Amino acid sequence: MSLLEIEKLSLKIGSVPILKDIDLSIAAGEVMGLVGESGSGKSMTALAVMRLTPALARMEGRIAFEGIDIIGATESQMCALRGDDIGMVFQEPMTALNPVKTIGEQVAEGIRWHTRASRAEAEERARKILDRVGLPEQKFALTRYPHELSGGQRQRVAIAIACALKPKLLIADEPTTALDVVLQAQILDLLKELVSENRMSLLFISHDLAVVTAMADRITILRQGAVVEAGDTARTLSEATHPYTRQLALASMHVPARVKPHGEETTENLLEVANVTRDYPGRRRSLFSRPEPVRAVDNVSLKMKPGASVALVGRSGCGKSTLARMILALDTPTSGAIRFRGIDVTSGSETDLRRARRNMQVVFQDPYGSFDPRHTVERLVSEPLHLLERKPNRKERRDMVGRALHEVGLNRSDMEKYPHEFSGGQRQRLSIARAIITRPKLVVADEPVSALDVSIRAQILDLFAELNQKLGVAYLFITHDLTVARAITDDVLVMHEGRIVERGKTSEVLDHPQTEAAQALVSAAPDLHRAIARRLQEQG
Amino acid sequence: MTIYLLKRLLIGIATLVVASLVVFLMLEVVPGDPARLMLGMNASDAQVELLREQMGLNQPLILRYLDWARGLLSLDFGRSYTYSVPVIDLIKERLVVSFPLAVIALTLSTLIAIPVGLFAAARRGKAGDTAAMAVAQVGVAMPNFWFALLLVYVFAVWLRLVPAGGFPGWSNGAWPALKALILPALALALPQAAILARVTRSALIEVLNEDYIRTARAKGMPMRAVLWRHALRNAMIPVLTIMGLQFAFLLAGTIIIENVFYLPGLGRLVFQAITQRDLIVVESVVMLLVAAVVIVNLIVDLSYAVVDPRLRARQ
Repeated sequence: MSLLEIEKLSLKIGSVPILKDIDLSIAAGEVMGLVGESGSGKSMTALAVMRLTPALARMEGRIAFEGIDIIGATESQMCALRGDDIGMVFQEPMTALNPVKTIGEQVAEGIRWHTRASRAEAEERARKILDRVGLPEQKFALTRYPHELSGGQRQRVAIAIACALKPKLLIADEPTTALDVVLQAQILDLLKELVSENRMSLLFISHDLAVVTAMADRITILRQGAVVEAGDTARTLSEATHPYTRQLALASMHVPARVKPHGEETTENLLEVANVTRDYPGRRRSLFSRPEPVRAVDNVSLKMKPGASVALVGRSGCGKSTLARMILALDTPTSGAIRFRGIDVTSGSETDLRRARRNMQVVFQDPYGSFDPRHTVERLVSEPLHLLERKPNRKERRDMVGRALHEVGLNRSDMEKYPHEFSGGQRQRLSIARAIITRPKLVVADEPVSALDVSIRAQILDLFAELNQKLGVAYLFITHDLTVARAITDDVLVMHEGRIVERGKTSEVLDHPQTEAAQALVSAAPDLHRAIARRLQEQG
Repeated sequence: MTIYLLKRLLIGIATLVVASLVVFLMLEVVPGDPARLMLGMNASDAQVELLREQMGLNQPLILRYLDWARGLLSLDFGRSYTYSVPVIDLIKERLVVSFPLAVIALTLSTLIAIPVGLFAAARRGKAGDTAAMAVAQVGVAMPNFWFALLLVYVFAVWLRLVPAGGFPGWSNGAWPALKALILPALALALPQAAILARVTRSALIEVLNEDYIRTARAKGMPMRAVLWRHALRNAMIPVLTIMGLQFAFLLAGTIIIENVFYLPGLGRLVFQAITQRDLIVVESVVMLLVAAVVIVNLIVDLSYAVVDPRLRARQ
């Protein structure tokens, strides 16, 4: 008998159907991958198993865990199951822990609640599990607070909380999506070890096929709240008989067709960064001593040619975003110089800055957060026009917005709409339209596709490639995702602890990384081909 | 942590200095000569001039300010123009009423508001929440003297449990004094509790949407335990801020309630002093209140740091 059996599960919030006739079962000790794009109902399925669905949700069908009817169970029965027999790890480690309680309290709390153990016993068990998840006592005492830990460390605490009582079923909802690739690989390894040590079953939710393939024995693919296909992971993905499965697999490996921009070869550099260092004031340790500064960017130099496409890759916290902010003149270097088309953007002269800014624009990661929801698209996309030498009149402005929208694959008529009327992918198109409206020579894109679903992501990568070719605009892509770097850039800079440790042609560096930092990134990067091959090999 | 506190302390001291300057200068420009007021309308100009000399009113402004400020530091506020007794004695006499009144009122308001806020937040959007917030709305809207009159009618006139007004003093034992303070404290506390309950509820609702609440639920903790153990402490910062503001108000903003209950509190002292142009009393009480606000704010800042470990780490 299966440990968890979901039969014909439907869930509605109000009159809106969220899940439709979901069937899913997990045997004891099995790892089930649940895959789908955003809004496909993966998280809601997991919350339904925990019965932590929103207050207005209504469920029909059957969820049985060890024969217990989850939908019909009383709240106190559910409380007894949650945390004891079913543990859950969520996506966002930065906010998953209570900021005012120590990690010891938070791990011990569930133990005390379920086992009625004394405080001392519970703390002893909490200590053991924290040791197990890689947070040893010397550095991570029980009295530490979440804000003293990094994202990866916090996710380890969250895993410790979920696994403290060795649940029979662990649910992990995008547990590594917010982490960089190296941390992702570490956390995935930890989850695998814990699952096999404790003979747990795992319901592993992810949008990333490569990650799921590395983890799951079987997968279930969801789309719009319904199961599209389910079966053995390697077979389902390698055969990819279902059109949607094939579409997902292709999209996640998508590489846009790129032709070198035909612009004439110049010796002139578009961007020159020379010996740039950025220090931040550190934390003051005592009243009388000066705080040690934290060096975010350490003596970085780089050059970019017009029309070039360059990736700046590195782990989170390596200083890549700080460097980008300085290039955009949103932050000033402590020392060193940045010249853009010969203009010194660090000089602090407003006229110089205006001249430079006209020719460099930015695309941010979050297409939701980067627009004022009360402005029309016309106003949002035309924002950078104030940088132009001559202010365009209303008709010219509408023409320019219309052209920019057309270039990113949207309609001219979309200009009257508001951001909420667009999907995530369309919103990212809007921010690209905003970035190219002044015909800039450089676009800095900070993780521009990491918040997008695979199929949308493929389209946006295509758009970037197309614009690079058509407009001759140069790109600086900031990312921890090597597939993005590989897909769309010619050159790569690998950043580690504030320094650029390796640079060269993208394919060469990613195929034959020389430095330890680059090797770590490359070996940790999930790859669907490799994952399927490995799984098929294991199965013989 | 120490740096955080030292900074707060310095800000508090600076506030006091600025406030003392403002208070001093404001009262300088108010019309009415205190010497003339003390001596009455029939006094001759020469007599007035002599008294001005004695009171130091002829000295340059800056010297008088420094003199006054030095007095404040040694708790020597000078003599009241109308009562001709040291101001500090007047204030002490009133403070033994006003301070306990404020403390009792704030305690009552907190004891009412937090459970109501928790109750409403746990039932967000349901009948219990709507009812609790409707009552709170009435509490915010209704003036406190009306509550006071209702309370007097029910507990003093009808049930005869407590006196309807007056204050017997602490010398006859604590119980009669406390009994006299219960109704006014309740009348003061109810509208404050209504405000505080709404703040508590909205702070809690915001916190309940946080991811860590879901983590706590996933541990198997029932909603009640999650509310008390995880949500409440995180929701305390706005609640503490409002409580600090309320205490300052309760200390001297209570003139109407003092009048309803015939209580010899600070509010009435200030009111009388203003009508009689007893400027030195007004100045002193205002400075006392500024000091109280500064101290309360320091305590509030300190309690932020107790509640939230992230503030302890920050500079």
